Amino acid sequence: MDSGNAVGFTTLLRKEIWRFLKVAGQTVTSPVITSALYLLVFGHVLEGRLQVFEGVSYLAFLVPGLIMMSVIQNAFANTSSSVTQSKIMGHIVFLLMSPLSSFEIFAAYVLAGVLRGVLVALCLYGIGWLFVPLPIAQPLQLIVMLLLSGACLAALGMIAGIMADKFEHLAAFQNYFIMPFSFLSGVFYSIHSLPEFWAEASRFNPFFYMIDGFRYGFFGVSDAPAGLSILVVGVFLLLVSGICLAMLRSGYRLRP
Amino acid sequence: MTAALDIDSVHKRYGALHALKGVSFRIEQGEFFGLLGPNGAGKSTLISIIAGLVRKDAGHVAVMGHDTVTAYRAARAHLGVVPQELVYDPFFTVEELLRLQAGYFGRRPAEVADWTEELLNALDLADKRRSKLRQLSGGMKRRVLIAQALVHKPPVVILDEPTAGVDVELRRALWSFTRRLHREGHTIVLTTHYLEEAEALCERIAILDHGELLALEDKQDLLGRHPYRVMRLRTEGQGTLGPQLEAMLQFREGDVMELRVHREEQRVGDVLDVLRASGLRLVDIEMREPKLEDIFVELTGGPGNG
Repeated sequence: MDSGNAVGFTTLLRKEIWRFLKVAGQTVTSPVITSALYLLVFGHVLEGRLQVFEGVSYLAFLVPGLIMMSVIQNAFANTSSSVTQSKIMGHIVFLLMSPLSSFEIFAAYVLAGVLRGVLVALCLYGIGWLFVPLPIAQPLQLIVMLLLSGACLAALGMIAGIMADKFEHLAAFQNYFIMPFSFLSGVFYSIHSLPEFWAEASRFNPFFYMIDGFRYGFFGVSDAPAGLSILVVGVFLLLVSGICLAMLRSGYRLRP
Repeated sequence: MTAALDIDSVHKRYGALHALKGVSFRIEQGEFFGLLGPNGAGKSTLISIIAGLVRKDAGHVAVMGHDTVTAYRAARAHLGVVPQELVYDPFFTVEELLRLQAGYFGRRPAEVADWTEELLNALDLADKRRSKLRQLSGGMKRRVLIAQALVHKPPVVILDEPTAGVDVELRRALWSFTRRLHREGHTIVLTTHYLEEAEALCERIAILDHGELLALEDKQDLLGRHPYRVMRLRTEGQGTLGPQLEAMLQFREGDVMELRVHREEQRVGDVLDVLRASGLRLVDIEMREPKLEDIFVELTGGPGNG
């Protein structure tokens, strides 16, 4: 029976964490500053003009959305850039020649991506407190949504990295898929404030459930039922993980 | 005894190109083996299949008895491959890369600390251990690739053109290092652009061309099988080589030429008579035994471009 390669798995995980920490200014600080600017500008401009949930200020409403949007973008960026870079630079051969299974490679990359997302989320949560009190109503829901969403996007980033032959491909994936879907997922608004068609369309966007379910963790209220958010994001995670593992096992674009 | 590498009827196609056409051979443990062939012969494809970087269409490959597909973990653990390209991760130092590489193979840093130190010293990398790869010269990067391939102590080592583009001094150093590895019991498989390198180092040689095995023999048998000697001549005067000498001509540049002389069917005196009759005057003559390059040219019908 295959006993696995635990040391290999932890080494790859450590390496992927080490990789983004070595350039933390670019991978952690930069997205935190960007989100803090969103908070400053949108929060102050719209504060008092909008109230989305009863008893929740707009600034407080905005923080979980911005945190989740950063998790989405950074978990995706971590795996996609790492895989693409190792393919372009050629050093992916050292990984492919090693006795690591497809699942071990997948799990190490995804966990590192989730960790970067969590790190950015913690920094933003701390900064959010400087603007507005952010008590957590449903901590378990919040943690589950944070981890599931980070894992979804890290797996999606791996898929994009495997498919991309150059950084332009990755930028296209980010600009035409990740950015619009994350912006149009209720970061800045409740879908109830949208016209009926767009409100319904939002229900087919998995990023909406990530943000809405995460927000429920803070306030105990949300647009969609909390259980449904966990279910949708969980199913989405199974789907992207299955695709990514199938790609790794078949050697698609990695082992011609 | 289990073969170090057992390659059995391996086929690989890239679209219409049949890159490997049922290649089969064994490399025994402890051999210093040369894999030669012109560009596009299929050497790199075969090495990539052995290493798990390319999927074969048919056939089997085993490393130390472990199938590279069904028992890939054990097969890869027994194999170290030095890639042809200078590939490296720019984020890490030499020492960090070696630790990571050992880790991928299930070796904790403490387990390989002494061996890593030995490799750093043997490859003259000790004072570069804290340098990032992009700060190193091409030769130094090549040494790091070799260290990475060896850090998990594999019994079988494949070096894919390790001396391509390196200076003479480094080439000699790498020759000496690979000889040492061989003495210490490693099975070495070498592909090289330089036939003199294969001649100097390898005990047994396979020649691939157009995805097929053209020769697989002990180096001495291969050299002995060649029925020609080479006559190197320096001449002066004006003259035209007749059809007989043209047929024997292997090389000509200025007043120097090389002729292939069949050991049994041609006599040196007769060849010289024909030369004199052509109007050329002999200044100097040297006879030499065939080199691997001569055999390579004969088998592949092209110059020895490795």
